[in-house]
Amino acid sequence: MALTREEVRGVATLARLDLKDNETDRLTHHLNDLLAQFARLQELNTEDVPPTAHAVPVAAALREDVARPSLPREAVMANGPQVDRELGGFIVPQVIGE
Amino acid sequence: MPLYETHVGMECHAELLTESKMFCGCRNEFGGEPNTRTCPVCLGLPGSLPVFNKKAIEHVVRTALALNCTISLHSVFHRKNYFYPDLPKGYQISQYGNTPIGVNGWLEIEKPDGTTKKIHITRVHLEEDTGKLIHSDGAGYSVVDYNRSSVPLMEIVTAFPPDIESAEEARLYAETLRSILIYLGVSDGKMEQGSLRAEPNPSVRPVGSDTFGTKTELKNLNSFRSVQRGIEYEAQRQIEVIESGGRVTQETRGWDDEKGISFSQRSKEVEQEYRYFPEPDLIPLEFDPEWLESLRAELPELPNAKKRRLMEQYGLPATDAAQLVLERETADYFEQAARGVKDTKAVANWMLGDLARLANASGLAIHAAPIPPAALAEMVGLIESGAMTGKIAKTVIEEMFATGKSAPQVVQEKGLTVSGADEVAGIVAKVVAANPDVVAKIKAGNDKSIGFLVGQVMKESKGRAKPDDVNRLLREEMDKL
Repeated sequence: MALTREEVRGVATLARLDLKDNETDRLTHHLNDLLAQFARLQELNTEDVPPTAHAVPVAAALREDVARPSLPREAVMANGPQVDRELGGFIVPQVIGE
Repeated sequence: MPLYETHVGMECHAELLTESKMFCGCRNEFGGEPNTRTCPVCLGLPGSLPVFNKKAIEHVVRTALALNCTISLHSVFHRKNYFYPDLPKGYQISQYGNTPIGVNGWLEIEKPDGTTKKIHITRVHLEEDTGKLIHSDGAGYSVVDYNRSSVPLMEIVTAFPPDIESAEEARLYAETLRSILIYLGVSDGKMEQGSLRAEPNPSVRPVGSDTFGTKTELKNLNSFRSVQRGIEYEAQRQIEVIESGGRVTQETRGWDDEKGISFSQRSKEVEQEYRYFPEPDLIPLEFDPEWLESLRAELPELPNAKKRRLMEQYGLPATDAAQLVLERETADYFEQAARGVKDTKAVANWMLGDLARLANASGLAIHAAPIPPAALAEMVGLIESGAMTGKIAKTVIEEMFATGKSAPQVVQEKGLTVSGADEVAGIVAKVVAANPDVVAKIKAGNDKSIGFLVGQVMKESKGRAKPDDVNRLLREEMDKL
């Protein structure tokens, strides 16, 4: 099952990537190579193997519902490449109305 | 034009009532300054790991049990990957596939004509809420606030094929679900704050067709009224698209409540594009059947069961009982007020009539009114014992509401004690003397005219005369003539 250029363009749109034609060609090729590698897994007979979500058979750790202090906003914002200090938030591309 | 029928699938999200977030200790609250409740986990910083909030899991299990679901004893979490900056990790932790916490349940809605309908539920699962994008005009960018990022979120999805066949049924479903969630104490049910969100998926098809039409998903419905209006509008829009030779596009549409229209929103991923896979950072949940049974045993009485009990135990009509159980506190108020009162229907009438009206005008819930249940019981008791007329009680309850005083206090202070028979007899004689023409009619056999005289006596006595006295004394007076 090979990916088509249209499918790659569709994924690019979702990722807000503006691909040039030659980039679309190259990525379609690369992605199909990757899929072919993974397709080898289909050769395994997994009929009697239950779906495995985790490799280690241990019970999940649960935490009591207790609130703890959060990080100071300044420290949080320091990690943002672009921040709006007035609104107190991280700047991201505008998506609505595009 | 062929007749069309509407089908509606419902996805509902409820933010869970917990103190802390789903996978970290940041406080779970509404509002506040942006990005003041975040930490490495809910910011998705490298090296941080999620840890389940036990309370949130309990909330979902209890909801699933209350919705008659089977609990997956082994429940897996997944990553839902997508490109949108409302979650900083680049994915949402959710539950995909056939092992959500609850599967195959149902709830029952009651229609205005009194018939009930089972609405099947396919899954109840646990996930995390996203951050909020603030779109500032003219800035050319959006700003993201991660306070809501990773708040525990429960998703409840109705089964396919859809049981819901109208906008009204969809609204009833949302109302019933909200009421159950509030009874369970798992959600505050505030649609206007977005802590409870209903996302209907309406589709239409010509009557007689055996395949379903293409559905659209509606968002931004922040009241029950907009759930119904939104679906009505959207179904009509879809019919018009089909009738004009077009095809309905599967898409997410926003609802503009002011304009009363839906509009196309951002194009979203289709299922396979979310690249779901098991969340490697979380070990699947394993539920102990004994623990599940203990949770089941502790479930509170749910609205439908409570309604049936109120009808049986207190002889209430279905409509009254339905209103009383909308909120647990209102039902509790009723049961407290009905204690020791013979006429329990009267208690419900006063609550849903005058008390509801007064409370509404002050923006209060009935149970939060300044008249405690015992005081209402006392007031109804005064009417029962004949110490006060129902007419006077209407004035008394207003005064009680305004001042917080008891019914006997108000009656005493305002001189509203019931008129004695002697006093009433005097008024009756006066009224009869003043209306010879009416008396003549009654004497001539027009019995209905006596109602006029009753009214006059009540008016003269300012409502303090007991109707029984008035009727009896009027008859006696007539017989004398």
